[in-house]
Amino acid sequence: MVTWGPTWASDMRKILALAALLAFAGAAAANPFEKQLANGLRVIVKEDRRAPTAVHMVWYRAGAMDEYDGWSGLAHALEHMMFKGTKTVAPGGFNKLVAEAGGRDNAFTSEDYTAYFQIVPKRALPEMMRLEADRMGNLVLSDKEFAAEIKVVMEERRLRTDDNPQALVYEALSAVAFQTHPYRRPVIGWMDDLEHMTAADARDWYRRWYAPNNAFVVVVGDVDHKAVFRLAEKTYGKLKAHALPGRKPQKEPEQTGIKRLTVKAPAKLAYLAMAWKAPKLVDVDKDREPYALEVLSALLDGHEAARFPRNLVREQKVAQSAGASYDSMVRGESLFILGGQPGEGRTVADLEMALRGEIKRIQDESVSAEELARVKTQLVAAQVYKRDSMMAQAMEIGFIEASGYHWRDIDKTIATLRTVTAAEVQAVAKKYFKDDTLTVAVLDPQPVDKAVPKKPAFAVRH
Amino acid sequence: MKNMKKLLLAFALLFVAGAALAGVKIEHWVAPSGARVYFVETHALPILDVQADFSAGSAFDPPGKSGVAGLARGLLDTGAGDMDEEKIAGRLVDLGVRLSGYADYDRAGLTLRTLSSHTERDAAIDLMRTLLAQPAFPEGPLAREKTRTIAAIQEADTKPDHLAAKRFAAAIYPGHPYGATPTAESVAAITRDDIKAFHRAYFSARRAVVAIIGDVSRAEAEAIAQRLTEALPAGVADTPLPEVRSPKQETIKVAHPASQSHIHIGLPAMKRGDPDFYALQVGNYSLGGGGFVSRLMKEVREKRGYAYSVSSYFAPRKLEGPFDMGLQTKRDQAGAALKVAHDVLAEFLAQGPTEQELAAAKKHLIDGFSLRIDSNAKLLGYLAVIGFYQLPLTYLDDFPAKIQAVTAKEVREAFKRHVKPENLVTVIVATD
Repeated sequence: MVTWGPTWASDMRKILALAALLAFAGAAAANPFEKQLANGLRVIVKEDRRAPTAVHMVWYRAGAMDEYDGWSGLAHALEHMMFKGTKTVAPGGFNKLVAEAGGRDNAFTSEDYTAYFQIVPKRALPEMMRLEADRMGNLVLSDKEFAAEIKVVMEERRLRTDDNPQALVYEALSAVAFQTHPYRRPVIGWMDDLEHMTAADARDWYRRWYAPNNAFVVVVGDVDHKAVFRLAEKTYGKLKAHALPGRKPQKEPEQTGIKRLTVKAPAKLAYLAMAWKAPKLVDVDKDREPYALEVLSALLDGHEAARFPRNLVREQKVAQSAGASYDSMVRGESLFILGGQPGEGRTVADLEMALRGEIKRIQDESVSAEELARVKTQLVAAQVYKRDSMMAQAMEIGFIEASGYHWRDIDKTIATLRTVTAAEVQAVAKKYFKDDTLTVAVLDPQPVDKAVPKKPAFAVRH
Repeated sequence: MKNMKKLLLAFALLFVAGAALAGVKIEHWVAPSGARVYFVETHALPILDVQADFSAGSAFDPPGKSGVAGLARGLLDTGAGDMDEEKIAGRLVDLGVRLSGYADYDRAGLTLRTLSSHTERDAAIDLMRTLLAQPAFPEGPLAREKTRTIAAIQEADTKPDHLAAKRFAAAIYPGHPYGATPTAESVAAITRDDIKAFHRAYFSARRAVVAIIGDVSRAEAEAIAQRLTEALPAGVADTPLPEVRSPKQETIKVAHPASQSHIHIGLPAMKRGDPDFYALQVGNYSLGGGGFVSRLMKEVREKRGYAYSVSSYFAPRKLEGPFDMGLQTKRDQAGAALKVAHDVLAEFLAQGPTEQELAAAKKHLIDGFSLRIDSNAKLLGYLAVIGFYQLPLTYLDDFPAKIQAVTAKEVREAFKRHVKPENLVTVIVATD
């Protein structure tokens, strides 16, 4: 273990205290600002005057988890169709107007949400709000545009998943780990569902979910929040709320035994992913375990001196790479995932044993005060560094809101993470890493020159 | 209580310190060590970013030892001064410092982000100085990283996108260091002496460019740059690379079982500092650089649904960097997609942009310029490029006027000079 002189330690304490106070002062300064329009749309504005630019995002609380079997990929396909024209903007016109304004735009879909953003010189913000409000209410979904675009989505699936062995492993892992919960379906959609998707499906999705009362707007940049609220009234304010479809909890039944699966694909290195069912954050103020699991994840893989890179990659050389991931803030259910590639001359069985060994060490021996301090130092520094990016700040607000929490929870969760104790980390390591709730997925690499080219199962119909 | 007030005041200042990035003032000097320094002072955030680049990219790999540059850079933090790799990793983490490194064809170096308060900053700079000047390249980590690099190469060689990029580089730069990529054999042949010799020759003060942005004064920046580079050998300012020869037109097909064909079309095209830079930027925006509004995107993706991603770019380097048009498409339609891409390029080469396209490109590039420099991290990247390639200090200020001055005729002529059909190489990986 590394030790440091007293001077450094005391200065570091001061820095931590300073950063904590800054975070506190941030909340006191009431930035971000928030307003809800009469139609239910919430507008969240964070003023950041460092450069004459702005980020504008619209997040819809509709993602792949709201789809039904047979319609997988629909949330994402609709995201593509949102660029295909409205009653007054031609197909492709949205991108063109953003580009002419000097801006950049794109969109992304997850299990939990669909989000659209533009990064623009600040003077273009009113135009962006007008355009985004327009396609919230006036999208035109023609059969012709859909037929062309769904082919693009299939190419996207080939690129991101079908020809990407690790993506195939994670797709299969989710499909097996979750038996009933909608997280078992891939966001991009099963190819067969994409092949049978119709423009009518997309129109239906749009009518159901795209409404001001199912969305929120995030603006970060060189803006005055009052002016943004006025603009929001003039643009989004014209849209009418409508009743949203009911949502069922679809809670995953308790897993009662280990599940194992293998994916074969052209590759050189094997890959291993181990996913345990884990609790998500429900009550931001009262829950403790999700915070402890977040800290555990950071202890294992949060930085270069964390246990995985140190023990598994550098010391034991049992892993070519190794990682831990856990997201406590989700609409659905959480998994705690460990994964990696075995090192030279080592097998996935060796790696599985090593990953289990790291968990066991924490169960048996807990963690040191120094390790906890490191995780907290990283947290504090990240809080300062994130302010260099408007997009990162907008994303942070968007993620937490779209996952069903409030932007005010950002500072709360960071403050709570800093109170997690070694005993709490040890307790969650003991409680949640049981074989009965574990799913193990393995990539079995196949020689590239012997593999047979993949063909579509049958002809594309659109 | 008094402290609390000070802190709140400091916080308030963070927000009124606005517009720090508008009208960027780049200061430049040569440190006593011989390193060239580029600095932007901004106190909007309590952070400091420092990048130290060396003319030590893979183009300087010794023959048959492709991979030395990457390993030399990558091993800097595996032991230096009296610290082993665990001590270095722990120290970075304890300081809350983010240290990253990279090695491309021309440059290799380290980038550091730290809180700007004295304690963190000074310790971080001292650490970076030790990594740059006194790396130990210990045998243990070297052997391990060679093994990991070879495994990564073998893994990458099974991936169609990587295979396509590698074959493309080899084909457009035949016999030139820009066309070489590390192989299992070349990495296996690398010794500790190779790495030490490479470091000694290329990580020298006169080959260094230090870019600094953030919450320090000019005097502090001067001290930082000198401290970082004073322990380096003075070295030789630069060493010439062999000239780039234009390849002959050619189509290369590589077998692979992927469901999509990966296609690159291009050639060596432009050096940094080329006067045609602005015309090519403006033109390429309309051809394939402008995202959803480019011709390639319209013809290949939007009209025909052939690809998710299709684009073109110029990547200027010290010598002629590549022009590269790329797309991925379902393998049984690769021929059709390739024809569309070739037709779009041929038409653009023959006629250049329309007046409308030209105006749209200029408007986007000029109006959107503020987006390219709206964070310290982005500005650091510009500082490093301006410094390394010795572009004018007024590069950022001049950019809008230079773009505005470009005419359609200039675009056409620049493309004729830099993208000659007789030199275009096409690489298709995973094709029937």
